[in-house]
Amino acid sequence: MTDYSIKDKVAIVGIGETRYYKAGQAPVSEFQLALEAIQKAVADAGLRIEDVDGFASYSDDRNDPTRLAGALGIPQIQFSNMHWGGGGGGMAGAVGNAAAAVVAGYAKHVVAFRALAQGQFGRFGQGHAGARVRGAAAYTAPYGLMSPAQMFAMRTQRFMHEHKISQEALCGISLASYKHAQENPRAVMYGRPFTRESYYNARWIVEPFRLFDCCQENDGAAAVVLTRADRARDLRHKPVYLMAAAQGTGYRQWVPAHNDPDYATSNFKTLAPRLYDMAGIGPKDVDVAQVYENFTGGVLMSLVEHGLCDADEAEAFCTNGNLEWPNGKLPLNTSGGNLAEAYMHGLELVLEGVRQLRGDSTCQVKDARVCLVAAGPMVSPVSNLLLRN
Amino acid sequence: MASESNITTESYLPEGMPLPAPMPDGLDAPFWEGTRAHTLLVQRCNACGTFQFGPEWICHKCRSSDVGWAQCSGRGKVYAFERVWHPVHKALRDKGPYLITLVELPDAGNVRMVGNLLGDPQQDVKIGDDVEVVWEDHQDVTLVQWRRPGQ
Repeated sequence: MTDYSIKDKVAIVGIGETRYYKAGQAPVSEFQLALEAIQKAVADAGLRIEDVDGFASYSDDRNDPTRLAGALGIPQIQFSNMHWGGGGGGMAGAVGNAAAAVVAGYAKHVVAFRALAQGQFGRFGQGHAGARVRGAAAYTAPYGLMSPAQMFAMRTQRFMHEHKISQEALCGISLASYKHAQENPRAVMYGRPFTRESYYNARWIVEPFRLFDCCQENDGAAAVVLTRADRARDLRHKPVYLMAAAQGTGYRQWVPAHNDPDYATSNFKTLAPRLYDMAGIGPKDVDVAQVYENFTGGVLMSLVEHGLCDADEAEAFCTNGNLEWPNGKLPLNTSGGNLAEAYMHGLELVLEGVRQLRGDSTCQVKDARVCLVAAGPMVSPVSNLLLRN
Repeated sequence: MASESNITTESYLPEGMPLPAPMPDGLDAPFWEGTRAHTLLVQRCNACGTFQFGPEWICHKCRSSDVGWAQCSGRGKVYAFERVWHPVHKALRDKGPYLITLVELPDAGNVRMVGNLLGDPQQDVKIGDDVEVVWEDHQDVTLVQWRRPGQ
């Protein structure tokens, strides 16, 4: 039978990122950050900028391929793609789209990237300023439900209620990221030791989220280069292969006014089985996981929906150091992730997945073979990847 | 306003919050005309009886475009809730905590609506608690709010 999937046909061969800054502190423009990360990723692959012939991004990235190609002097662009949806739901999707383009033969070397200096434009975390709101926002914003934290706390509260999960689970997820960031000099929260007390002493943002349940906002850029597996073997690094990529959304997710029939979900229920099926492996084969943290509650649901733990045992799974390197059952977000490394809308998680499979992580999981990367969660569409070495 | 009335001109959140306006294409005009008349309307398919909210041009179940509006009782249950502490809108800067609730309407196919839960923002709230509608009148639009029955 013909295998129409991308499985094992594409590899990530280069990764690059700028220094990560606190929000508003980048000394250069967002576009310059994009240029820097892309050039570093291409150099890391051992390729020339002239080899790049495609770009993929998500979340309405402002740095469009035409402008990038012009600035970089790229001879020809053969693929350019924007993944629909806001936030980080398209992070793995952009990588998956790049992979599809490579397999389809549209392009040879596609860069998936994200550049962010939101302070130079507009922040996701701020409410609507307009006096009148229409459509879906009319059913929520007048009641003070407007920020991402407020949208997602509601779902998380419901999930925790349905499965009798306490704040401890969220604390465990936050602790893992902050602990891992202490090993990672790239992390914005490097050098900021963090304890259970730090977590509980922080103020409420919106119950059940305290300050450290929420991702940072940062300036920076990150990029990865993908090419066909047969070309990848001649490049600088050991290739990191895509075992599977999935993207999409479940039944009537995000219909207005929080009317999703399945409400308390990270929205991975339909994707995760497809992802494992394409890869031909199961949750037990995952050695390390990079799971997008917009808010800890979404990570909790993502772990459950990827079969990494049972909903009714999720609290035990997320506490007692189970998510922490080096001794935990499933080291999670080993660079510090969106919470504590940097909020590059999750693309930094793909870079960390590649580092784990090259053996280069600052929290290197011994003999890591398979890494899950999940992007979203609780948004629509969401996306995910399984990487292997 | 007498406490037994479910109509108030006192707004739960401070002046300056965004207020709803109907969509220019008319899709949700009946809903907002309904709240103005203190009537809670939910879209219901005339062909198959399915409720849906927010409104759509067709029924999501049978795809009929013969979609009407049904009046519901305004009694519901707390499906989820959240206490907001960090203000993200300038009108909320000095407000302090407030409660948002997601209410499920059992007599309208369990569709959900978002509103504030009126009363003490520090009150103990439980998923499943009974609530009833309160009409919060503004100059040219009426918000759907919620309170404990008979509060």
